[in-house]
Amino acid sequence: MDDVFKALADASRRSLLDRLHARNGQTLNELCEGLAMTRQAVTKHLAILEAANLVTTFRHGREKLHYLNPVPIHQIGERWIKKFERGKLAALSELKRQLEKRDE
Amino acid sequence: MSKPEFVYTTYIETTPEKLWHALTDGDFTERYWFGHRVASNWKVGSPYRFTHPGKSSPEGKVLVSEPPKKLAYTWNGCSDETKREGPSRVTFDIEPRGNVVKLTVTHDNLDEGGKTFRGISEGWPMVLASLKSFLETGRPMPAEIQSHAA
Repeated sequence: MDDVFKALADASRRSLLDRLHARNGQTLNELCEGLAMTRQAVTKHLAILEAANLVTTFRHGREKLHYLNPVPIHQIGERWIKKFERGKLAALSELKRQLEKRDE
Repeated sequence: MSKPEFVYTTYIETTPEKLWHALTDGDFTERYWFGHRVASNWKVGSPYRFTHPGKSSPEGKVLVSEPPKKLAYTWNGCSDETKREGPSRVTFDIEPRGNVVKLTVTHDNLDEGGKTFRGISEGWPMVLASLKSFLETGRPMPAEIQSHAA
């Protein structure tokens, strides 16, 4: 579990996970688009995320696609969150989201 | 083939044979799949069905059956609404990696805006975490944190 926390302790790697969360199954090129990171840096971060099993890759024809793998994150949640708390926690998150939402 | 919508991986301290058994034996699935028992002869083309008293369960047809390496089946959702969306496909790839086994679950042919899609994104991580716990400790996730199944 140490490697999961280490992998998550970096803003660039979290932003890569955010991008996969928004759209799952991307190639390296797609993930690099619009990022202020070199291709080498993205490759390195993806390797760390894959080693921590937060990203899993899948060969689709000639393309290597990257998928967010939430299984380790689910295990962390399970370790400290009890079932009866889930509803309250979801309500709290929603409250925070609503209150912090910028007027558009 | 379109690209799969979900690919999940987990590493489990077990053997490919035990993992295959856990995926295909109703006595096992009942314990970690939140009460859902699976039944089939696991021959290609045969039906399989999950059952759970008082709940609707997924069912479908076996597409690939190569014990203890690869299992694939069609997936017809649990509710009437998800059944109307038509079958999607689930593939389990089992690869030994030293003293652990890498399990990759791929779910494709899903309607991205559909109800199955939303259910799946919560369901698989829960089932896989429970399966890992069950094979490694002999216990599924504690009952108090069990929730609805996929």
